[in-house]
Amino acid sequence: MSEPTGVIHDIGYQRYTGPRLGRRHVFGALYLHGVRTTFGLGRSAKAKIFPWLVVGIVLMVAAAVTAIRSQIGEVVMTYAQFADAMSWLVIFFVAVAAPELVSRDMRSGVLPLYFSRPLPHADYPLAKLLALVTALFLLLGAPQLLMFLGGAFTGDGMGAVWDELLDLLPGLLYAGLWAVVFASVGLLVASMTGKRAFAAGGIVAVFLMTTPIVGILSVLPSQTANQLAGIASPPTLVQGVGLWTMRDLLVTEANTADLDLGAFGPVYALAAVALVAGCVALLLARYKKVAAR
Amino acid sequence: MTLIATESLTKVYGGGVTALSDLTVAVEPGIVGLVGANGAGKSTLIKLLLGLLTPTRGRIQVLGLDPTADTATVRARVGYMPEHDCLPPDLSAAELVTHLGRISGLPRTVARERASEALRHVGLHEERHRPVGGYSTGMKQRVKLAQALVHDPDLLLLDEPTNGLDPAGRDAMLALVQRIGTEFGISVLVCSHLLGEVERICDTLVAIEGGRLLRADHIAAMTSVTDVLAVEVSEGTEALAARLAALDLPVTREGRLLLVPLADQGTYDLILGAVAELDLPLHRLDQRRHRVAELFARRENSLV
Repeated sequence: MSEPTGVIHDIGYQRYTGPRLGRRHVFGALYLHGVRTTFGLGRSAKAKIFPWLVVGIVLMVAAAVTAIRSQIGEVVMTYAQFADAMSWLVIFFVAVAAPELVSRDMRSGVLPLYFSRPLPHADYPLAKLLALVTALFLLLGAPQLLMFLGGAFTGDGMGAVWDELLDLLPGLLYAGLWAVVFASVGLLVASMTGKRAFAAGGIVAVFLMTTPIVGILSVLPSQTANQLAGIASPPTLVQGVGLWTMRDLLVTEANTADLDLGAFGPVYALAAVALVAGCVALLLARYKKVAAR
Repeated sequence: MTLIATESLTKVYGGGVTALSDLTVAVEPGIVGLVGANGAGKSTLIKLLLGLLTPTRGRIQVLGLDPTADTATVRARVGYMPEHDCLPPDLSAAELVTHLGRISGLPRTVARERASEALRHVGLHEERHRPVGGYSTGMKQRVKLAQALVHDPDLLLLDEPTNGLDPAGRDAMLALVQRIGTEFGISVLVCSHLLGEVERICDTLVAIEGGRLLRADHIAAMTSVTDVLAVEVSEGTEALAARLAALDLPVTREGRLLLVPLADQGTYDLILGAVAELDLPLHRLDQRRHRVAELFARRENSLV
């Protein structure tokens, strides 16, 4: 039996009896929303300009490097060096994306709507952090993948592909380290203020203002101070960890690193871990306070 | 089932400020008005109900659950509309409510459907696809209500829902709240500092002052009949007052009304007799109802 068509009934309010998803799904929804936000998806055209400009630049650089290599046979930069070379772009990307992720919510007062829902107060910052890490990893990893595809198809046989892959994997790991360190520092700074401009300025300042400290430390007469100088700034800290773990991939004839670690490689690694752990702990503490407001 | 139950609930903030002190109250499902001046502890009570704060002392139960222990379960069944502005200006109402529906645990497609349903129920149709930044205050309040409704809660907590609205907007919002409480079958806790507004729509009224319970009762009990007769005549009020006074009835005037204490059934006869003798057009003669405001007025006067 079919009802006559073309009649609209106001069936009034319907109670919902279907499934209510658990914490993992809610976390996933917030995470995906965050990843989309960093690239301006589902947002106004204006919000898309900057992220896609950066994406365009890194992809173009990767394409150029691949082209030069296939035509001239010269390796302009290795996979791992790619992340180093793009560090300033990454910093600007974080300075735009992190405030977009957290400062905007703080400014518009939408947080009470999140924290009055079945979302533990730690899940909100963690989902946002994971979203930013993912975005940064995609930003640094996708061009490397492009370079890999270019390199693998111009090489001869499976052996060449395998060699390329062995070069790519450390490069991706290094990109992951960049992503984790920059995302945790950037998001912590952004979570302090609701004003996006202040947050962006603060993030750039953290990365920029610490560079002179590295400079000063590296010209002090003490060799120990010189070798530990890189710890003072996040970009040189990450480079230090990279140099310690994969020196031969980062230091080539064309690109000699100016950072001398001496025997302090493990100290750099520990400092990086401590920095990330500290930032995450502060971020969680920050949102525990915000949630109760 | 009890909707909300507290037992000597006390909340002292870190700075030593006591927001709620020894509050014991139990309310039944329906539309509940929570009335008190600014700073009386209304928002603190809402945050305790949502499990955003933990009580310093005492116990609190929502829908038979402890919001401190079963936080996620309570929040899945409660919808909250905050007092202040809480809408990101560059998202459309449909996007925002859908996203918040997903955060409440609705599957993706269900969230989208229920978001447009909720927005339709609060009276937003095609405009729901425009950015919220361009909405009027009245429309923003409706979006705030829709996001509290999207996951089909059993209890809505509305913090000053008529804030910033013009008289027509207030009436529309109150009518909407009343509809949610009656037709939708969702219990509602409406917070307000305006008694007159809340008493129009609620079944139960909880009044707090300085963190203490002033009174909690059914609105019917608060406006119960009293032993005072109200007499209104179209003309000759003065003459009737004099006549009734002559009959030894302690009559008082209140505007166009004459108030006479009701001793027994004879009082009716005396008044009717007096009106008939003076040949006055009688408008009304009935037992006076308490207005809720009087309960507070008395208290306020005693404080002055």
